[in-house]
Amino acid sequence: MNHATIAHAHEGGHHGVPHGWRRWLFSTNHKDIGTMYLVVSLIMLFLGGGMAMLIRAELFMPGIQLLQPDVYNNLVTNHALIMVFGAVMPAAAGMANWMIPLMIGAPDMALPRMNNMSFWFLVAAALMLVISMVVPFLPGGGTPVNTGWTLYPPLSVQVGMSMDFLIFTVHLLGISSILASINIIVTILNCRAPGMGLMDMPIFCWSWLVTAFLLIVILPPFAGAVTMLLFDRHFGTSFFNAAGGGDPQLFQHLFWFFGHPEVYVLLLPSMGILGHIIPTFARKPLFGYQSTVGAMLAVGTIGLAVWAHHQYTTGLSLAAVTYFMIGTIVISIPVGLLVFNYIATMWRGAMTFETPMLFAIGIILMFSFGGLTGVMLATIPGDIQYHDSYFVVAHFHYALIPGALLGLYAGVFYWLPKWTGNMYDERLGKIFFWMVIIGFNLTFFPQHFLGLAGMPRRIIDYNPMFTEFNMISSIGSFIFGAAHLVFLYVIVKTVRGGARAGDQVWEGAKGLEWTLPSPPPFHTFTTPPQIKLAQSEA
Amino acid sequence: MSQTPSNYFLPDPSPWPIVAVASVFSILFGAALAVNGLFPGGIFIVLGFALFSYLLFSWFGDVVRENMAGLYNERVDSSFRQGMIWFITSEVFFFLTFFGALWYLRNVSADWLTGKGYLAGTHEVLYNQFFSVWPRTGPGLKEEFTPMKAWGVPAFNTIVLLTSGATITWAHWGLKAENRKLLIRGLIATIFLGLLFVTLQAWEYQEAYQQLNLTLKSGVYGSTFYILTGFHGMHVTVGAIMLAAILGRSFKGHFTPENHFAFEAVAWYWHFVDVVWLGLFIFVYML
Repeated sequence: MNHATIAHAHEGGHHGVPHGWRRWLFSTNHKDIGTMYLVVSLIMLFLGGGMAMLIRAELFMPGIQLLQPDVYNNLVTNHALIMVFGAVMPAAAGMANWMIPLMIGAPDMALPRMNNMSFWFLVAAALMLVISMVVPFLPGGGTPVNTGWTLYPPLSVQVGMSMDFLIFTVHLLGISSILASINIIVTILNCRAPGMGLMDMPIFCWSWLVTAFLLIVILPPFAGAVTMLLFDRHFGTSFFNAAGGGDPQLFQHLFWFFGHPEVYVLLLPSMGILGHIIPTFARKPLFGYQSTVGAMLAVGTIGLAVWAHHQYTTGLSLAAVTYFMIGTIVISIPVGLLVFNYIATMWRGAMTFETPMLFAIGIILMFSFGGLTGVMLATIPGDIQYHDSYFVVAHFHYALIPGALLGLYAGVFYWLPKWTGNMYDERLGKIFFWMVIIGFNLTFFPQHFLGLAGMPRRIIDYNPMFTEFNMISSIGSFIFGAAHLVFLYVIVKTVRGGARAGDQVWEGAKGLEWTLPSPPPFHTFTTPPQIKLAQSEA
Repeated sequence: MSQTPSNYFLPDPSPWPIVAVASVFSILFGAALAVNGLFPGGIFIVLGFALFSYLLFSWFGDVVRENMAGLYNERVDSSFRQGMIWFITSEVFFFLTFFGALWYLRNVSADWLTGKGYLAGTHEVLYNQFFSVWPRTGPGLKEEFTPMKAWGVPAFNTIVLLTSGATITWAHWGLKAENRKLLIRGLIATIFLGLLFVTLQAWEYQEAYQQLNLTLKSGVYGSTFYILTGFHGMHVTVGAIMLAAILGRSFKGHFTPENHFAFEAVAWYWHFVDVVWLGLFIFVYML
């Protein structure tokens, strides 16, 4: 961790603050764009969460009550796509926009206009996704996308025209994320304040540097794969059609070459956030800064080469699945290193338990649990049993809700006072935390049992023997959903007012961002701060 | 060039990013309608491209004006350079996807379809008449086609593109030596070679469709042939348009030996497209 002293910080600039709608639509300011990212991700969170509520309401009892099967499958598909691309990634990008320039002492993102373009591409993608959901309800609109977020052919070749809108949604998302990633990498590599070396950089910046690199590598193949899908659908090509010499498996490989590292794209920024929260509230520097950076790099690089563990049951050769099994299990080493570094940071720290810290500790526990079921699933003989069952659903929700989403919630509570200048209501924050913990575990823990007992995923109806656990799971999900009304209330209340937050919001927080006023002025660090680093803390 | 500013340049709010998004959205929305044979699709595509062209002039116009006014320091220049490098990196992975698909379809899916190993029984029952050769379609497509030969137009096109890589370097020398005549001649030659390449490629496609019965529907060979050469041809076309913009700016005398990032970015892109073609020539045409 860097302990920085600033010799010279110049605030305010020669540009005035723009007013009215132009300030937002035409923005070139990293803070405004960050805010827009966060607001959009909150809207998408409620949209995707509403879908989850519908899914759980339908699954409350066996039999078909609320939804048509096609619509149910469409909700499952869009819940995943919206949560991954609409909620988690934009929230992480919003925090990157807000915090990276403040953390490294840059005046803004390196390419401010392109930054705005990345954001609006995201909005365009969200619009396209909504169109793809609405189209099947129009006359002649065909069937809804009922493939699940993996979009596997041949089913995705047979879906109606809503699939075409979804394919172009993927293209728009890809453009958005690639441009944002280019911007983040260039900002980090080119715009650090003089004196801040790469290994002095706050850990959140490192986590995003790895994430952005991953995105640049994995999104083009995904865009290419859906382009081939488009050609198979409309122009008679045979990429995924065995009759013409192609192979549906090719799509699975390309999809998971994207899809597996995508998990780390979701995970790493949140892990970066924890790397700030835990030292702050343990009042100790991050334990093993260098090994934490190394672990992130290792997760990123090994993560690129283990994708086919999603395809164990498709008939790959024994040599191939063995390789992918070993590779996947190897990843638990750097991930474990991250977790142990965070635990070691807390060791003998002067800890206090404000909401961000509560989330951080909850994440370490629950994410480790998701990681352990991951090792179970990575083991071929086990996976052949668990494959496509609710065990998998339970596993990836344990990995992604604590690993990605809760990390972002922790970030929201940690940085909201910096962003708004107001303290959030600590009591409500804690109520939110406990509702999340109870609701989340009640929802997903019983799903492990359902999966082991043989309940398959992605179906609207189930055997009555699964009823009790499904009821518990649905009740848990409603608590989890209701918690987010508290979350929304806390955010709105904090934005509108509250106790003033000082520059140094948290007693133990270190870094350039805490030397600025809360909220920071429109332009910060227009003249780079001079940094003298206390190397001994690394 | 006027005095270099010490502060990093921060642009004022700009309408162009959101216009760019609107135009691309219009193109893709129109494409989604058009592939389903719905009438207004074409209109959205045309409007989108019109807006996109207008946007390119406006946005790059702003950048050129800011650059000419000396608002950029070396840091800003370095941001542009690094940004372009990462953009080309993403393009590399885009093309690697299709090369990877070609490799997979020629090897792995061939093993599956010809019943290698434990799949022998399946092969016997399903497609015992199907053997793996390349070029091929699949067990369900009976239509005959003739594959594209490497040592005709494609070999000539290889020479054309490699020569264009030399002419753009020649133009760069001209730029650095402040020899504007050489710069302009080099650029014109490069654009000419690029357009020649695209024309020959179009002619080759016509041959393939009319004489060889090689179409998008010709199984995996046709699929991979057209998607690889098609995306490459698209990139050559975009590169030629970018070169034309650089030529226009060279006529206006925008570039100096110290400040000509736009030229270099286009040159990098052009060399990238060149290298992709070499890959294509080897893996699509020759092997």
